[in-house]
Amino acid sequence: MIEAQNLTKIFRDKKRGEIRAVDKVSFRCQPGQIYGLLGANGAGKTTCLRLLATILQPTDGTARVAGFDINDQPEKVRASVGFLSTATALYGRLTARETVEYFGRLNGLNGGALKKRVDELFALFDVGEFSDRRCDKLSTGMKQKVSIARTLVHDPPVMIFDEPTVGLDVMTARTIVSFIRDCRARGKTVIFSTHVMSEAEKLCDTIGIIHDGKLLTEGTLAELRARHSMHDLEDIFVKLVEAGA
Amino acid sequence: MNLRHVGVVYRKELRDQLRDRRTLISMIVVPILLMPVLMFGLTALMVKLLQRAQREAATVMLLGAEHAPTVAERIRAAEGIKVVPPADDYARQIEAKTLRAAVEFPPGFERRLAGDEPPGALRVKIYHYEGEIRSLFAIRSLREILRDYRDQVVEQRLAARRLSRDLLDPFETQEKNVASPEKVGGERLGGLIPYMIIILCLTGAMYPAIDLTAGEKERGTIETILASPVSRGALAMGKFLTVFTASLATALLSLGSLAVTLMFMPAMGELRSAGSGTPLFQIALSAKGLAVVVGMVMPLAVMFSAALLAIALLAKSFKEAQSYISPLMIVVIMPAVVAILPGIELDAKLALVPILNVSLVSKQILTGNYQWNYIGLIFLSSCVYAALALGVAAAVFRRESVLFRS
Repeated sequence: MIEAQNLTKIFRDKKRGEIRAVDKVSFRCQPGQIYGLLGANGAGKTTCLRLLATILQPTDGTARVAGFDINDQPEKVRASVGFLSTATALYGRLTARETVEYFGRLNGLNGGALKKRVDELFALFDVGEFSDRRCDKLSTGMKQKVSIARTLVHDPPVMIFDEPTVGLDVMTARTIVSFIRDCRARGKTVIFSTHVMSEAEKLCDTIGIIHDGKLLTEGTLAELRARHSMHDLEDIFVKLVEAGA
Repeated sequence: MNLRHVGVVYRKELRDQLRDRRTLISMIVVPILLMPVLMFGLTALMVKLLQRAQREAATVMLLGAEHAPTVAERIRAAEGIKVVPPADDYARQIEAKTLRAAVEFPPGFERRLAGDEPPGALRVKIYHYEGEIRSLFAIRSLREILRDYRDQVVEQRLAARRLSRDLLDPFETQEKNVASPEKVGGERLGGLIPYMIIILCLTGAMYPAIDLTAGEKERGTIETILASPVSRGALAMGKFLTVFTASLATALLSLGSLAVTLMFMPAMGELRSAGSGTPLFQIALSAKGLAVVVGMVMPLAVMFSAALLAIALLAKSFKEAQSYISPLMIVVIMPAVVAILPGIELDAKLALVPILNVSLVSKQILTGNYQWNYIGLIFLSSCVYAALALGVAAAVFRRESVLFRS
């Protein structure tokens, strides 16, 4: 479960002054569902997800992630979250196994339990054959598999994906998409951001359209279509963004 | 702070660093090789250059040689001097280093010597190039020849007056060195060793510090690690300990290498400093001295590691971090170089100047001189500076604007 309440993040830039990257955003993601944050580049998606993952601290407002407050218990929040984005790279000089074990240890796993969990994940994602290769020697697809294993090592109830398919080839992107679906099937709370309409249409139970840091609308695809009397998500998106601008 | 996390981060970062060629070179290869190369190589080179300068015949011009046929003849016959025909542009030639020196005799020099000239009326001028070693060797030989000739003239004059030569030497002076050879060697080159260790301490920490901060940003792993349960404090501490380990390892390896090098030094008996015949290097290295120097360098390594981490974290990329850190090298080298200057002695004020204080006191320690009050004061002040740097580094790690600079 994720509950954001008036989540606000203001950056101060010497040239541009105050930037409200996320502006009083409130929404709720349920377990076993996928919530999609749809927005153009610079809309505030990444900042919003970073706030939820406690990588950044909100200027105002708060959120509860898996029952923990992001302001008061950020470490507990991070222990309940699997965070994956195209920006979350792997340590090139560590092997796949060392990488996943490292994050397992940081999540409190140790010894036999850690090894068992890593073996399990590697079997699940076919990492076994390259598990002892250094990450900088892996292909993009292999890296993505290791990254997924990394986010799942502590079996978190909440998954946050920040534009996870950006820059990936079709096959690798499909692995990620099927992985996101799999997370939902296992009852995890999933939030992910994208600027690709088709991806949002395909995957999301609830879609929130974000622009200039503000959540303009949210609802299921059917609800959005009915509310705006339009069928195409792209048309709905453009209409909202133009009205907001 | 979760100490278990600190340990996990430290072990991972250390393993990561030990697989980085740049770190390995700056942390292990350079300190091991630098001391022997510096001590054997530089000494050998220095001795060779000096010997060559001494062996090489110095070109000398005689101006007014016809007024001093005897002296001119002696100069011509002297070993290592080659007399060239006189020319008007002798000064330019000396400046151009094609001529080492020129000697100018006043008109009627030898004839007037035999007469009754008032003292100071006759002046032989030697033109030379100040500070140029080969010019110096040339005028040294010329001075010797002129002094011998003067002594000879004096003796003749005394003999003519039936006076004894002994009249001129009512007493003798004798200079005797009472400082032990270790101390003499230490004064000469002892400053160089702590200086090298301090610089290595910095360079050993440099690459890991950049790699663990700016490097992590550049490779995009910073977001990965920040999304894990580890706190910023524990992350900063784990990284700091890694950099500190590298810094200390560099210092210890260089000290170890120095100790081994010095064990082989006696075999270099033939490398004596030019002229004086005393060994160029002779430094007493006791286990105690080494241990105290390591103790003094420890807080310095903490300070360097923390400062480097804080600075490198400000950068977005490895390259940018390098450009921030290069000026720091100069800041560190300056005080360390000052400590090598002759005549700089430790006092209460200098004991508070970071880096310089450690450099100076280490020089003393390596010459076997332990001033415990200064050693204590310097250790404490270094610890204060180290704590300050560590505080700054921890504060920088908590700043979002720094971690996510774009």
